[in-house]
Amino acid sequence: MDLSFVILVEMLYAVSSLILISAGLAVVFGMMKVINLAHGEFMMMGGYATITAVNLGVNIFVSMLVIAPITVGLIGLIVERLVIRHLYGRLVDTMLATWGLSLFFIGLATMIFGNTTTGISTPIPGFAIGNFQINGYNFFIIVVSALLLVGMLAVLKSTRAGLIARGAMQRPDMAAALGYSPNRIYMATFFCGSALSGLAGAVLAPLVGLVPTSGGAYIAKAFITVIAGGPSLIAGLFSSAGLFGVVSQVFTFAISPVIGEVALLVAAVILLRLLPQGITGKFFKGKL
Amino acid sequence: MPGQVHNPGGLQKDLMATVIVTGLLVWLMPMLISTYTLTVLIIYGMLGLSLGLIWGFGGILCFGQAAFFGLGAYSYAIAAINFGESTLPMILAVLVPAVVAALLGALMFYGRLTDVYLGVITLVVTLILFKFVNSTAGPQYVIGKARLGGFNGIPGFQTLNVPGRPEAYIWGDAYFYVCAVLLALVFVLVTVLLRSSFGRVAVGIRENETRMSLMGYDVRARKTILFAIGAAIAGLAGALFANWGEIVTPSLFSLGQSAEIIIWCIVGGLGTRLGPILGAAGLAYLKFLLGQQSLVDNTLITGLILVLFVLFLPRGIVPAVSGLWQSRIGRGRRSRRPQTRRGAISRERFNG
Repeated sequence: MDLSFVILVEMLYAVSSLILISAGLAVVFGMMKVINLAHGEFMMMGGYATITAVNLGVNIFVSMLVIAPITVGLIGLIVERLVIRHLYGRLVDTMLATWGLSLFFIGLATMIFGNTTTGISTPIPGFAIGNFQINGYNFFIIVVSALLLVGMLAVLKSTRAGLIARGAMQRPDMAAALGYSPNRIYMATFFCGSALSGLAGAVLAPLVGLVPTSGGAYIAKAFITVIAGGPSLIAGLFSSAGLFGVVSQVFTFAISPVIGEVALLVAAVILLRLLPQGITGKFFKGKL
Repeated sequence: MPGQVHNPGGLQKDLMATVIVTGLLVWLMPMLISTYTLTVLIIYGMLGLSLGLIWGFGGILCFGQAAFFGLGAYSYAIAAINFGESTLPMILAVLVPAVVAALLGALMFYGRLTDVYLGVITLVVTLILFKFVNSTAGPQYVIGKARLGGFNGIPGFQTLNVPGRPEAYIWGDAYFYVCAVLLALVFVLVTVLLRSSFGRVAVGIRENETRMSLMGYDVRARKTILFAIGAAIAGLAGALFANWGEIVTPSLFSLGQSAEIIIWCIVGGLGTRLGPILGAAGLAYLKFLLGQQSLVDNTLITGLILVLFVLFLPRGIVPAVSGLWQSRIGRGRRSRRPQTRRGAISRERFNG
């Protein structure tokens, strides 16, 4: 009984953390068809922003939920203005340029923070269920990612900004004809996507020892989750994160964490071979 | 001129030029750079050429060329420990990556996966290999007499020797000459391949896949074969690298390594044979020089180079220089510039 509860929590946690690390990438890819391979580094910078703010005496939740997203969002804005906007519509070129950016940010972080591991302790204590110890922070991550999904859905479905964004996503030329500048919309979208990446990095920062290269651990998973999710933003994110999270946790519990990671990757290869357009290319068509 | 491989009859001229240029470089370069460094530049050049072939001429953007490089190196190391002689391991180091690539290629191309999805799958396979090899530190992971060694890698294997004489090692300057000759051979083979009908059909597939398949060519099989050839070259480079470093580690499979190969091709120039080689050797040497100072981080500069090239010189150095050469000195035969696959992709709307 206790064990099954722990396994359930671990699975929810695996799915939530996949949603969290992929959300920023999914927004940018879903809306702009830009694959931001510097996504992992945006998360890394979110983590550093949090740690720096905490060390300066700011409350940890404020620095995680406010300071980090805004900092990384602004960095994303600069990147969009300087690099990405010249490459819209050139999918492979944007991938390469953002890969270059990711290396650039790794180098920058190494120069500023040094090649050492930094970290902060988790603000929520763990507790025991029966014979098992559970990390209380896992619940925080589950809550944050659930709120994130609901929030994204609410913004896209029921606000004017969301309506404009969805319109520009489907027909940029029509949105432009109606007086909304796609350029501006893309700029705002990239800001939101980067801010989400920063948030994810900040929320995960207490769980990992942060080094300048820690973005690399996220980018592949995020990339796989988003591509396997397919064209629909939220349905795709939710379904592919759900699938991969469960697969990796089942194999982690059954065999070992390494096999869990490998199982996730193998599942991705098989999935893309069967559904080359991603999950929502076939199911939940036309949903958000 | 690089890129003009469709001009028939010039094969002999091309071969002569290759032999002369190789001879001159092998003679002159050791006066400038130590042969130890030059050897690794040559190996990277071969690795660059392997991706340059499948990406620049076949339009297959492989995010995991490092996987085949690493597979070649590991195949060589494991076989060399088991056999104690280097001839068969060298052959295996070419065959194993080629077979793996043929299987993977068949999986992808018969599933009609293209650009991003191809990228994801090759990236994922590289990650799987990296994670798996990294986790093989335990004593139960043994192939024959060779322990896989996890993140410590495999040291202490038999390095290259004269075929049939395990005690006659080829090392130092002699190894440099071997690598240079092998690179020249691979270059010639790639030239011949690209001049053959297979090569020209491959370029046709890069330009317009649908058209080529409507003309009756089996696009899937041809892409798979080209992918396997690229992997074989990368595997050879891997084996040579294993001999040079005398150790193989999982970092050969890493994403960083894959990124670097792609950067070499972009900077050197896609759709040319020389570009990736020059890009690889040039950037690797730049990295070597930058590694000697500690003012600016090395990764930062690599990243900056990639961004700047994608923004301002997306076709790379070699096509840009040869374009300049043609417009200045060219004799009015301004043929249409060959379009790279990246240009073709950018025009297609990506329908997600």
